[in-house]
Amino acid sequence: MTGEGTGSMAEGSEPKGKNDGSPAPPGTWVKCPGCDEILYRRELEQTEWVCHSCNHHFGISRDGISVEEYLGLLLDPGSFIELFGGITSVDPLGFKDSTRYKDRLAKATATGRREAVITGRGNLDGLPLHIAVMDFGFLGGSMASAVGEKITRTAQEALRAETPLVIVSASGGARMQEGIFSLMQMAKTSALLGRIAAAELPYISILTHPTTGGVTASFASLGDVILAEPGALIGFAGQRVIEQTIKQKLPEGFQRSEFLLEHGMIDRIVPRREMRGVLSTLLRQFMDARAVRGAA
Amino acid sequence: METSWLDFEKPIVELEQKIRDLREFADREGLEFGEAIHKLEVKAERLRREVYSNLTPWQRVQLARHPRRPYFLDYLDVLFTDFTELHGDRCFGDDAAIVGGPARFEGRPVMVLGQQKGRNTREKMARNFGMPHPEGYRKALRLMRLAEKFGMPLITFVDTPGAYPGIGAEERGQSEAIARNLREMAGLRVPILVLVIGEGGSGGALAIAVGDRILMLENSVYSVITAEGCAAILWKDQAKAPDAAAAMKVTAQDILNFGIIDGIVPEPSGGAHRDPAAVTQALRDEIRRFLTEHASLPVDQLLDARLAKFLRIGVYAETA
Ligand SMILES: [Zn+2]
Repeated sequence: MTGEGTGSMAEGSEPKGKNDGSPAPPGTWVKCPGCDEILYRRELEQTEWVCHSCNHHFGISRDGISVEEYLGLLLDPGSFIELFGGITSVDPLGFKDSTRYKDRLAKATATGRREAVITGRGNLDGLPLHIAVMDFGFLGGSMASAVGEKITRTAQEALRAETPLVIVSASGGARMQEGIFSLMQMAKTSALLGRIAAAELPYISILTHPTTGGVTASFASLGDVILAEPGALIGFAGQRVIEQTIKQKLPEGFQRSEFLLEHGMIDRIVPRREMRGVLSTLLRQFMDARAVRGAA
Repeated sequence: METSWLDFEKPIVELEQKIRDLREFADREGLEFGEAIHKLEVKAERLRREVYSNLTPWQRVQLARHPRRPYFLDYLDVLFTDFTELHGDRCFGDDAAIVGGPARFEGRPVMVLGQQKGRNTREKMARNFGMPHPEGYRKALRLMRLAEKFGMPLITFVDTPGAYPGIGAEERGQSEAIARNLREMAGLRVPILVLVIGEGGSGGALAIAVGDRILMLENSVYSVITAEGCAAILWKDQAKAPDAAAAMKVTAQDILNFGIIDGIVPEPSGGAHRDPAAVTQALRDEIRRFLTEHASLPVDQLLDARLAKFLRIGVYAETA
């Protein structure tokens, strides 16, 4: 990562690949960060941005697939309605390091993105749900006041409409430029997820590459079911921080989806093209059961 | 001992020592140094005012981490009676970086828990410098559930550089342990008082810091990442930690101004370590006040207010 508003904890832990958060150039050919093979862009689009050769899942809003494309994979065509798109970041601390936070925001917004998460409602096989998808291309999907607010309001909508909630995470962690406000979004979002749980509404968390720091240590880890894309980096602390602390090299595959599955921290690893089906199956079962009990 | 004073404290501490020596000498020899001593005392007072009324954010960070600063167990010993430490998360192990158990405050049963740093090298190692593992947070949650079961108000003491970043911590779900505590504390059906007494280090602090009333000691700090960590990432230079501390606005006064905490507990001039008894008394008053005000509130009202308190936090723009 470039350190561009990225997580307190995930720095230096990225595999090679495009690092500036902007989408791949609209060329015909794309190099796979997983196996270095040169792939035909059209073909990648047809495989949901998964490498046919090494199964590398291109990160959302990172190497190729956009948040909108990802939403399109999960939801019924044309069903997504964006909510709370007017909530955007400001600079609460007047923060400046080598660059002003205001300027970083302006630069991120100039890419056409508005915030590090897109929120709204939509249908999955006809089942209405509320959904948030984090946008890694906007300051590394970092947790900010606006991110916490959008996720919290979306969860409140799910509560009101009695629909399931789905959050697709991709984040470098905290947005340090918002200081304590960034930290407190962890408590804010988690507190509301407590209400979702109390209302017995299903919440499914989908983890994509990378999900680290304050996002992992809050809503991303609180799903009734936690699904992860293959090979995603998922963790609390950044790998460089851990290496500096323990003064040894980290084992191969550390903090990848497969490592988390082995340690019992996630429910399933689901390839991108199967995600929609798994999500639909689970949500229908939960909501059907809930309806039966409600009718009893 | 020399090394356990901060650079900006040294002139004051040295002058105070000089006054004590002079007084002792005068007493021993039966001499009258009244005027000389008085002059030195005036000078010391002026110096204290100069230094302590203009503390930089970085100096506050240093005070929050002061090697002589009272830690959780120092307060626990004096403020509570009949404390019975309970160990372990019933899952993996016991984490000495978090201490907790039932106790009495002025006769009334409460649950107390907090992070403990350790004073000397051996203690620091045993306490892992106050950096909990997942089992520490899970033990804390277990004690919170016990508190809820028996209707004991919960009092937490926050003092950690952060949750421990290590292989075992990741393997055992540091993120999950923290996240779960955030959610469960928000819904815990007993009153929760949070006291930030030293370092409020990131998610590792927050995981025991969701409550109805959150207070910070005057020289404690609360931040999303350590100043050094922030400096390393954004300034690419750990030595810029003082700049990072200032930019992130980590002092109790900043955090109060942001409306994130409910109050500041004043410390004696120079910091809690200069007069631990005074700080302890101030904390005692706050705990008593909290228990009086919150103990009789209907639980649902308490929980709605707790949720609303956190939902309010955030600064953003909104257009239609
Ligand atoms: Zn490949």
